[in-house]
Amino acid sequence: MSLLELHGVSKRFGGLMANQDVSFSVEAGQIVGLIGPNGAGKTTAFNCVAGFYAPSSGRIELDGKTISGLPPEACARAGVGRTFQVARSFTSMTACENVMAGAMLHHKRVHTARTEALRWLAFVGLERFADKPAGSMTISEQRRLAVARALAIEPKLLLMDEVMAGLNPTEVREMVKVVLAIRARGIACLIVEHVLEGIMPIADRIVVLDRGIKIADGPPVEVSRDPAVIAAYLGDA
Amino acid sequence: MMKRTILFAALLALLVALPLVSSNPAHLNLAILVLMAAQLGVAWNLLGGYAGQVSLGHAAFYGVGAYTSTLLLLNFGVNPWLGMLAGGVVAAGLSFGFGWSCFRLKGHYFAMATIAVVEIVQIVFTNWEYAGAAVGLTIPMAQRGWGAMVFADKQPYYLLALGLLLLTLAATWAVERSHLGYYLRAIKDEPDAARSIGIPIARYKQIALALSAFFTALGGSLYAQKELYIDPGSVLTTALSIKMALVSILGGVGTLFGPVVGAVVLTTIEELTRAAFGGSGRGTDTMIYAGLIVVIAVYYPSGLVGWWHERVRRSKNKRAALATDAEAAA
Repeated sequence: MSLLELHGVSKRFGGLMANQDVSFSVEAGQIVGLIGPNGAGKTTAFNCVAGFYAPSSGRIELDGKTISGLPPEACARAGVGRTFQVARSFTSMTACENVMAGAMLHHKRVHTARTEALRWLAFVGLERFADKPAGSMTISEQRRLAVARALAIEPKLLLMDEVMAGLNPTEVREMVKVVLAIRARGIACLIVEHVLEGIMPIADRIVVLDRGIKIADGPPVEVSRDPAVIAAYLGDA
Repeated sequence: MMKRTILFAALLALLVALPLVSSNPAHLNLAILVLMAAQLGVAWNLLGGYAGQVSLGHAAFYGVGAYTSTLLLLNFGVNPWLGMLAGGVVAAGLSFGFGWSCFRLKGHYFAMATIAVVEIVQIVFTNWEYAGAAVGLTIPMAQRGWGAMVFADKQPYYLLALGLLLLTLAATWAVERSHLGYYLRAIKDEPDAARSIGIPIARYKQIALALSAFFTALGGSLYAQKELYIDPGSVLTTALSIKMALVSILGGVGTLFGPVVGAVVLTTIEELTRAAFGGSGRGTDTMIYAGLIVVIAVYYPSGLVGWWHERVRRSKNKRAALATDAEAAA
């Protein structure tokens, strides 16, 4: 049994089939990249796993328990953490308070939540920003803050939506370091990514979507040689 | 921290002693009005400020508080202290219906739905014979003293209003310090991100609403005991709801003392225009309100308290910069 299993997940928006019969799995402690051209349905699949959408059909299981159709807060409680394409920091709070809000899922006492939050801030290398307003941090710092906030709920699986988009090469390296450290703690990562240079070297497996359908699934080296994937990215020769 | 505590204690002592110092009933009355407006603002702020759900229907809870304690007193001889508590509990209970219907909407649409609620409640009470209909209810002055919460002079009402404000501030302070305060601010800032970290936002908005309704209703009961007369036109109007929102917005939403500052400024303007132009100020207070709202929205969206914090921060930075300059020069 895998940590996360998608069984024939489809999501329809009116006449548009955003995901069609998508099945794949994520093992515990694995980094899985979910890639594909624009409009492939990556974020939709992602939102189905995180509870922001209910699949039109199919089933999603986390640790053997069905989570498809549950609201986001229940998915979070079940062990799914996530970040968004934009950081969505709580701007009325400091960096530490942002992470504390996450830690409070399991630690309701403010004092304990603060200790936990400081630990996660240090984990993503933001400890010196602890008492700075979240809104005053750079995009790259806020991305890592969002990761710390999601980790603070102590998830089994972390979903990251384009965490490397728009970052410069130094910032991408920092983020890669964070992702590898997360895996080292035994937390699985499912990463939607456009920046293939960032994801290809670190992913254990790559799942490729195109027009809502899964077209490839395997180790990065295999996937990048797959004619169907090349065709999807570059167009048919 | 120590300095702050001493300052706070001194301020509190001054406030308690105020009625002994000033014997002018007009001054005392203004002070009572300020305290009551501040208490309502602080109660409103729990939902509108911290959770960011701007309600323009809070007069419904105020009216329910005033009517519950008064009806219990007139029909069943229930002590007003108990009646006040009952009013708070009834308002908190009714807030579940209020939340169930209005929280389906967001932002401006939520605010508009809350106006509809208070209008409906007003129509119900205007036509409800048992509750005195449009004529209203009068509390007899036969029994006086602390037990009956009816007094011939103003001082005790001042202390009551001050006590209620402190109680509401203490509750808000406790909320701010607990996980509830963090969750409410998270919901206000980024509702989707709040859900993604496991916050059931519907439940927490409702908790904030129920608390806010409870304290608003206590204010309503106090009003009834002070004026000894209530009718739908005095305790169930949208203008009253707007005032609760306004003192918070002027002073600073989502801050502990913002509504208190806002209440001092707004109530003083209201009473000064009343004194200057007679009657209800011939609407001049409303014109000044409107002007103030525009000024706040354009220049100080975080309210007076926010503006003050910004000033303090800037002067600190300036001083720090000066100090480094001096060091560099030396």
